[in-house]
Amino acid sequence: MVDRTIENFDCGHRACGGCGASSAVRMILKGAGENTIVVSPTGCLEVFSTPYPETAWKTPWIHSLFENASAVASGVEAALKKQGRLGKEKVLVIGGDGATVDIGMLCISGAFERGHDFTYVCYDNEAYMNTGIQRSGATPYDADTTTSPSGVCSTGNNRPKKDLPQILVAHGSPYVATATMAYPMDLMKKVEKAMNTQGPCYIQVHAPCCTGWGYDGAKTMEIGRMAVECGLWPCYEIVDGKLTSVKKVKRVPVDEYLKAQKRFRHLFKPTRNDAEIAKIQAIADANAAKYGIDIE
Amino acid sequence: MPLQMMEGSIAVAETVRLCRPQVISAYPITPQTHIVEGLASIVADGRLDAEYICVESEFSALSACIGASAAGSRVYSATTSQGLALMAEVVFNSAGMRLPIVMGIANRAISAPLSIWNDQQDSIMMRDSGWLQLYAEDNQEAVDLHVLAYKICEDHDILLPAFVCFDGFILSHVFEPVDIPSQEEVDEFLGPFNPYQQLDVKDPISFGMYATPEYYLEFRYEHDQAVHRAADALRKHGKAFGEKFGRDYSELVEGYRLEDAEVAIIAMGSICGTTKDAIDEMRAEGKKVGLLKIRCFRPFPAADIAKALAHVKTVAVLDKNISLGAKGAVGIEVKDACYGLGIPIYDYVLGLGGRDVRKKDIKKIVELAEKGSGDMFYGLREELL
Ligand SMILES: Cc1ncc(C[n+]2csc(CCOP(=O)(O)OP(=O)(O)O)c2C)c(N)n1
Repeated sequence: MVDRTIENFDCGHRACGGCGASSAVRMILKGAGENTIVVSPTGCLEVFSTPYPETAWKTPWIHSLFENASAVASGVEAALKKQGRLGKEKVLVIGGDGATVDIGMLCISGAFERGHDFTYVCYDNEAYMNTGIQRSGATPYDADTTTSPSGVCSTGNNRPKKDLPQILVAHGSPYVATATMAYPMDLMKKVEKAMNTQGPCYIQVHAPCCTGWGYDGAKTMEIGRMAVECGLWPCYEIVDGKLTSVKKVKRVPVDEYLKAQKRFRHLFKPTRNDAEIAKIQAIADANAAKYGIDIE
Repeated sequence: MPLQMMEGSIAVAETVRLCRPQVISAYPITPQTHIVEGLASIVADGRLDAEYICVESEFSALSACIGASAAGSRVYSATTSQGLALMAEVVFNSAGMRLPIVMGIANRAISAPLSIWNDQQDSIMMRDSGWLQLYAEDNQEAVDLHVLAYKICEDHDILLPAFVCFDGFILSHVFEPVDIPSQEEVDEFLGPFNPYQQLDVKDPISFGMYATPEYYLEFRYEHDQAVHRAADALRKHGKAFGEKFGRDYSELVEGYRLEDAEVAIIAMGSICGTTKDAIDEMRAEGKKVGLLKIRCFRPFPAADIAKALAHVKTVAVLDKNISLGAKGAVGIEVKDACYGLGIPIYDYVLGLGGRDVRKKDIKKIVELAEKGSGDMFYGLREELL
């Protein structure tokens, strides 16, 4: 096991108090171990951790653009391989959901198809937070964002989350997992596993955003756990295309999770929108059926 | 070495092999294709020990070069036209990150309308990116400038990426005798890649951070200074190249029969060859015409140009590109370089999208310039308008 006392993501960065992504990154680096080179796309993480001339990264880190982290990582990996450094040093991408499921898809798909030996971790705060809470392909159904606002003619984001883990399973990735910053040990173990698996691995990490989702920053862990407990965030591992582990829960209705966040407020005020809440419940039920998360 | 008869692209691929890039990442596009194919087979045959990354797009090609260069490897890519346009964001970014990437550009027109044929619009549209831009007149120069580009880019006083531009088809697909240097000579000249700084777990640093308004302007200034300094680096390393390989590149511009010329033609790339032939014929007729070839468009050798043109009466600039709504890019910059000298300078946009330019066209342009008629698209087919 890697040394969990290492702190490669240092204090002093500019994340909001209660930022799920910054905690996730700290744990991800503990899971990844000492000899990790990190590539990050543009996004909140890059901006709050590297205002020149300061940096929160105690491990080598590179940012180039919003879309190309996995292509940059491909180059880093190829260079390490050629120099005989690969293995001793490992490559890790940490990117937001927008960079991952939307604009970076081409580069991710290419890198996974080519089979580079690196791990891609997406911290999924379910919107473009850096530019002010616009919807991404990972924004959940009915969430209110600045580009999918709720209104007289809208109940918020009208599409379900894009299932990138399954897309990358279809690319033949040897290790695909979901995790949440609300279960740190599980997250660290999964990252460690991915880093020790040859080939391109992917982990999507639920990372609540107090600013974007509208809740008190002290509640990030709680909100994270609620997502798992209602079935909207299944935590699983897929090894060589086969589901090998699932976090089982005694499922609760989605209501409490939704109610706790301003992004879903329009489903309850001025009147409760039973039809829409039922659709979200159906998404959780489908997750439960697909991944078998229910404790019988 | 005796001269070898070779296709331009293959000569370039063989030269890149001699420069020993450790990571090559490129995506095929006409007329650059033979270079990527050539390098792929060189790697496949074990003639070069490199990682060849078959990326899914040009965007990723240059992005992978960023990663590999930052991780301490010498890298190479090549592209043209739409490929370069797709890379645009990475072109600017890689330059800002001051990574010494060398990229061959087999110059081609930009769509729409789609055209696979030669002009120089593609590299010209990247003129503000902070990459160096070298232009080859023939395949020998395309070969030599590749080696030289690595030397300049990797110089710790410079640390910039460079395009080595050579006209698509006209050079890339043409067989010419070339002198391919030996591995020993290139090794001696270049040496192994010695990165200024790199991604390394033993000495962690952050690359590509963001800069607030308190810092950005200074970054731009430093970058601009480096591009300007590259002129001296080119002179220095170009001279050393000449001493080693017998072909001197110590000048950013090159005069041909310019000393006593009354009309000077200014051009970049393969059109210089045609122009030289046209000049020889015009000289035989008693016309005092010369050529000023621009080898290096970035940095722009403004002072060298002004000096070289001080004695001429008229200047005709041949521009294989057009800044739509303004004029040809070279013409604009030559006028800036010669501001206040009082020389009439006329710009001719010609040869776009592969339209042939012949000796008779060059002669016609000299006549137009002498009559004071210029700043025009040359060779328009009036019946199509
Ligand atoms: C090509 C390009 N388009 C748009 C942007 C603006 N932009 C920067 S970060 C960002 C959103 C990032 O969202 P995400 O990846 O989800 O990360 P987060 O900020 O939420 O952590 C956007 C749209 C950009 N930098 N580059």
